Amino acid sequence: MSAETSLVMHAQEENWLPILELAVEEVFEIMLGHRVKPVPKEGQEPPTEFTAMVGLAGALCGILTICCDQETAREMATSMLGPEIADSEDQVSDALGEICNIIAGNFKNKLTGTHGCMLSVPTVIKGEEYTFYSLADGELLETVMLFEKSLLTVSLRLHS
Amino acid sequence: MEKIRALIVDDSSVMRKIVERSLRQAGLELEKVVEAGNGAEALAALSQGPVDLILCDINMPVMDGLEFVRALSTVENAKGVPVVMITTEGSETHVVQALSAGARGYIRKPFTPEQVKEHVLPVVGKKS
Repeated sequence: MSAETSLVMHAQEENWLPILELAVEEVFEIMLGHRVKPVPKEGQEPPTEFTAMVGLAGALCGILTICCDQETAREMATSMLGPEIADSEDQVSDALGEICNIIAGNFKNKLTGTHGCMLSVPTVIKGEEYTFYSLADGELLETVMLFEKSLLTVSLRLHS
Repeated sequence: MEKIRALIVDDSSVMRKIVERSLRQAGLELEKVVEAGNGAEALAALSQGPVDLILCDINMPVMDGLEFVRALSTVENAKGVPVVMITTEGSETHVVQALSAGARGYIRKPFTPEQVKEHVLPVVGKKS
């Protein structure tokens, strides 16, 4: 059994979703000074105007994404940088990409056996008119989090 | 307190600003802050003049942080300059690689200003 296969099996056996949620909560509390908490999706589709993604390769393969609306992305950047710095769309995209990057790192650092896992440079997509297709065809871990009064979705698609 | 010239190396401009803010919150007086988006840019920046402290990410395009730290041994302006890694890479393997390459400190993201204070002040000769 390869290291990759055994790790993905652990995702199912150990239930990694609470670990992912904890990784998100820690990053928001430490880097943004805000508490976030998981909430039920309850039929509503959270916004996807901004999508940040970071790839994982090696011992753990997949892609981690964060989706939210433009206003939420701006609020997150402002919390990180202050209103005087987070004044451009580029800075907002950079902030969202970095948050995604730190969440991915924080998540993998909580797992055992991921020392051979590398992260890609973050990518941020603005706009909703796109189709997301990933070769990561394994387990999908997804949580909807409440940030202030807005929803954001954090997903981890693992390669089987 | 003596003023510090800092080189901050990270491919995220947002993170460079946060690191700079954390250094000021740690009580360091910054005479000059030089920013670089990867190791190659940082080496070019060092050829323009010396600094007193280097903060460096690991995962960056063009030249990553470990390669950059290894390359510093041949850079005159970097002789004896302390390097502290600030990175999402948290494995012991990365810590050992960074310290073996010459880094003096290692901070994992997410980090608090207190952690920056704890790891950076001792390497620049200040009490944390």
